[in-house]
Amino acid sequence: MSDIKLKITDREGVLHEVDAPTDMNMNLMEVVRSYELAPEGTIGICGGMAMCASCQCYVTSSHDLPEMSDDEDAMLAEAFNVKDNSRLGCQLHMTPELDGLEVELAPES
Amino acid sequence: MIKTDILIIGAGPTGLFAVFEAGLLQLKCHLIDALPQAGGQCSEIYPKKPIYDIPGFPEVLAGDLVDNLMEQIKAFQPGFTLAERAETIEKQEDGSFIVTTNKGTKHQAPIVAIAGGLGSFEPRKPLLENLTKFEDNGVAYMIKDPEVYRDKKVVIAGGGDSALDWSIFLADIAAEVTLVHRRNEFRGALDSVEKVQQLKNAGKINLVTPAEIVGLRGDDALTAVEIKKTGEDENIILEVDSFIALFGLSPKLGPIGDWGLEIEKNAIKVDNALDYQTNIPGIYAIGDVNTYPGKLKLILCGFHEATLMCQSAYQKIYPDKKYVMKYTTVGGVTGFDGTKKESPKAVVKAIE
Repeated sequence: MSDIKLKITDREGVLHEVDAPTDMNMNLMEVVRSYELAPEGTIGICGGMAMCASCQCYVTSSHDLPEMSDDEDAMLAEAFNVKDNSRLGCQLHMTPELDGLEVELAPES
Repeated sequence: MIKTDILIIGAGPTGLFAVFEAGLLQLKCHLIDALPQAGGQCSEIYPKKPIYDIPGFPEVLAGDLVDNLMEQIKAFQPGFTLAERAETIEKQEDGSFIVTTNKGTKHQAPIVAIAGGLGSFEPRKPLLENLTKFEDNGVAYMIKDPEVYRDKKVVIAGGGDSALDWSIFLADIAAEVTLVHRRNEFRGALDSVEKVQQLKNAGKINLVTPAEIVGLRGDDALTAVEIKKTGEDENIILEVDSFIALFGLSPKLGPIGDWGLEIEKNAIKVDNALDYQTNIPGIYAIGDVNTYPGKLKLILCGFHEATLMCQSAYQKIYPDKKYVMKYTTVGGVTGFDGTKKESPKAVVKAIE
């Protein structure tokens, strides 16, 4: 059991420091849901298929992130409020390399 | 007025299976859905994706699951009000409910089962100034009647299947079709992408990528859009009659949230110890739309909830009738269309 630490700023601008397990096959969207940092029904709507962009977030730390899949890239091309540092939370899997990751949740759309 | 026994709001897998369970109890169902087709998320978001946790199906595509459910309930002749959103509910003196859609279609039933998933799918709207002002005056988020665009100058924005398919379709009808997308790449069926390529080469579709519509112009009605092409300083002003924004759909709980039901975490609270009834007797909530301690938003849980809901609904409609659940293997399945499915009888015959 190994946990990493994440800093997540919710849609109201409140910063949360949370622990996330790396051995539970979890992604960032699921971590946000497990801590209820965004209301149910407003995040992870498609369940993590990179098909809705409700888990869009802005990565503000300088971690080396896994490359975007075509699905994620295409979804972000259709989403709103997209910035250069936008990623879909459901596509960021919790690995030891992401320890200390800092993200902001994008507005609901 | 459409009259039925159980009015189901939401034609996703849970709502569809409720028709089967109701049918076994000789109860008729009618379904309302905001989408133009049955299947809910399974049809709208991920028809080509596999599901692995439907009991008895090691793997089934979401679209195939919907097709199978439609086949399973066919004999029970469900009615459908599609592409309409349930808007209001009024309780009648006789205890029944009248549900009216946004198009004014009225439905009456003694039992209402909300199987609304995450809500009704609403178009995702781009963040543009004056957008609402031009809605119905040049700006649209879905195409109801393509003839409206005959000989008109149309700009379509989006990068998915609907943007591609409508660009192709309107290329023959409209005077001019421009497709704007933020990337050069499109996410759609391969043959759609190829067809758009052909039409572009033939000069029938004007493709502007990577680009984004950043402004709307016009006094009362839309007359032009402002397009920003990535990497270019000067925006393009394109004269158009219509702007169709096709950025997909996102579910919203919508008007159901104002029906006086107890809501928690964007879902409807139900009695999970008994029958998935809400705080309003006669209104049930099943599938992803409900919540209770330990709730899991799984299709298989929705099937179970639908089944118990139907038993309770039967008791409510016929309080004096005695009934016990019967296995389909024993009782067979008798459709309202006169069909009957039953297990073959064993043959008793001496072997000589």
